[in-house]
Amino acid sequence: MATATTTLSAPPALSVRGLNLYYGNFQALTDVNLDIPPRRITAFIGPSGCGKSSLLRCLNRMNDLIRSARVEGEVLFHGDNVYSSTAAPTEIRFRIGMVFQKPNPFPKSIYENVAFGPRIAGFRGDMDALVERCLRQAALWDEVRGRLKHSAYQLSGGQQQRLCIARALALDPEVILMDEPCSSLDPIATLAIENLMRELAPNYTIVLVTHNMQQAARVSDYTAFLTVNERRSGYVVEFGETGEVFSTPRERATEDYITGRFG
Amino acid sequence: MATRLLSGNRAERGGEMAIHAVLLGASVISIATTVGIVFVLLSESLRFFDLVSVWDFLTGTVWTPLFRPAHFGVLPLVAGTVLVAGIAIIVAAPVGLFTAIFLSEYAPDRFRRIVKPMLEILAGVPTVVYGYFALTFVTPLLQRWLLPDMIIFNALSAGLVMGVMIIPIVSSLTEDAMLAVPRSLREAAYALGATKFEVATRVVTPAALSGIVAAVILGLSRAIGETMLVTIAAGATPRLTLNPTESVQTMTAYIVQVSFGETPQGTPVYYTIFSVGLLLFVMTLAMNILGQWVVRRWRQAY
Repeated sequence: MATATTTLSAPPALSVRGLNLYYGNFQALTDVNLDIPPRRITAFIGPSGCGKSSLLRCLNRMNDLIRSARVEGEVLFHGDNVYSSTAAPTEIRFRIGMVFQKPNPFPKSIYENVAFGPRIAGFRGDMDALVERCLRQAALWDEVRGRLKHSAYQLSGGQQQRLCIARALALDPEVILMDEPCSSLDPIATLAIENLMRELAPNYTIVLVTHNMQQAARVSDYTAFLTVNERRSGYVVEFGETGEVFSTPRERATEDYITGRFG
Repeated sequence: MATRLLSGNRAERGGEMAIHAVLLGASVISIATTVGIVFVLLSESLRFFDLVSVWDFLTGTVWTPLFRPAHFGVLPLVAGTVLVAGIAIIVAAPVGLFTAIFLSEYAPDRFRRIVKPMLEILAGVPTVVYGYFALTFVTPLLQRWLLPDMIIFNALSAGLVMGVMIIPIVSSLTEDAMLAVPRSLREAAYALGATKFEVATRVVTPAALSGIVAAVILGLSRAIGETMLVTIAAGATPRLTLNPTESVQTMTAYIVQVSFGETPQGTPVYYTIFSVGLLLFVMTLAMNILGQWVVRRWRQAY
């Protein structure tokens, strides 16, 4: 059923409770319940249109930007509902970063891209050191150290995506949401991003949306499989450790999808 | 089969050529007109500069072509033009920018659908109406509340009303430039915890800057070239001043004044129409070139 909880020692980084998402009259997600483990990589997989990206965008309230979107239920972050009337979306997004499908650096210098978040958040420390640390963390420093003032648009697609990761890291978030971060990249750039995710995993909670099952199997610790019900509304079929979901799926729908019989 | 295709092609080519000729003709009309205007301006101005030296014209501080002794120093007219256009752009640039930010980043679609056509109506009001609005409404208002000693024809109210007049140009072009900024850049900023205002000022405005500069320069060109409003409201006193409460005469208003007068052809006064017109043309051209340079220099490609 839609409820999928794994037994974990540490309290979850994010808990989704009875979440329904509507775009106007269309219900895009139905009764999602998930506990996302801290400092692990959790993958959302499923066929196109199953709502995995929409679910990801519920976690940092990015769906607020869509006027017709409406959310029911709770997303608990350190026990606080991010949808409570007192929660500030900007504060939530300081702590839950996001990386998008297509690399979207600002039309500014490499340096200013990384410094953007801290400047907004009112960071008063050593910006140069912070920028260097984030670029090193994103495995980009050696490639750009001599041209920090150059436009970010001079970088290749894969470098731009790592810059976007560095930009998200600059706010020192606890959670990083990645919405198909490799879908526009070639295999070598994809490998670099996947290695980077593994390096970041011990310190950050990463939630990865991917249409690429091999990628989910390669990099994630936990996997949630979503599909659509008869009303085209997305729901979570199964959630568990990646190895188990891929080798011994509990649900027939998961097995059909993973073995390529559907989706 | 092959022959039919070929013959069909040939028939099509005849039609294509006719269309090509019509379209070419249409575009040649505007080019030919521009070339013709520049030619007339140059040739008639050259005759003026036979009578008055270019140096005296450009650096002289007294403009009294209709009096004796006649002086042909154009600076008072330039000062009047710059003063009124400057006031106009001081009003129009910020108001236009804020309007555009509001419309592109804040306003709900329904509100935008109401306000945009209203702004376009503002752009469609005949300039003569703006002129009398400045003269009979804004000037008395300023005299009553702020500047009791100000004379009835003054640069200030002409400039203020002209600023309102060019707001739609500035805001509409600025908004177009802002709407062209990809949604993905806004999302990137929101995802980093930016507020709506920070997204508008730190991401959208810089990314649209080249378009915004172009909008302001187009508005300024329009302000410099605007004629009827300043003829009615700013006065007819060529005066080298940057005091907005004084009566001035702009370059365009002077051309109107002389064109209405019974100026015999071939006199220096007659040729001033063209020399002042040429200078006006050079000023707007220089501004457009400057604008393009600024756009290239500050371009943030996305």
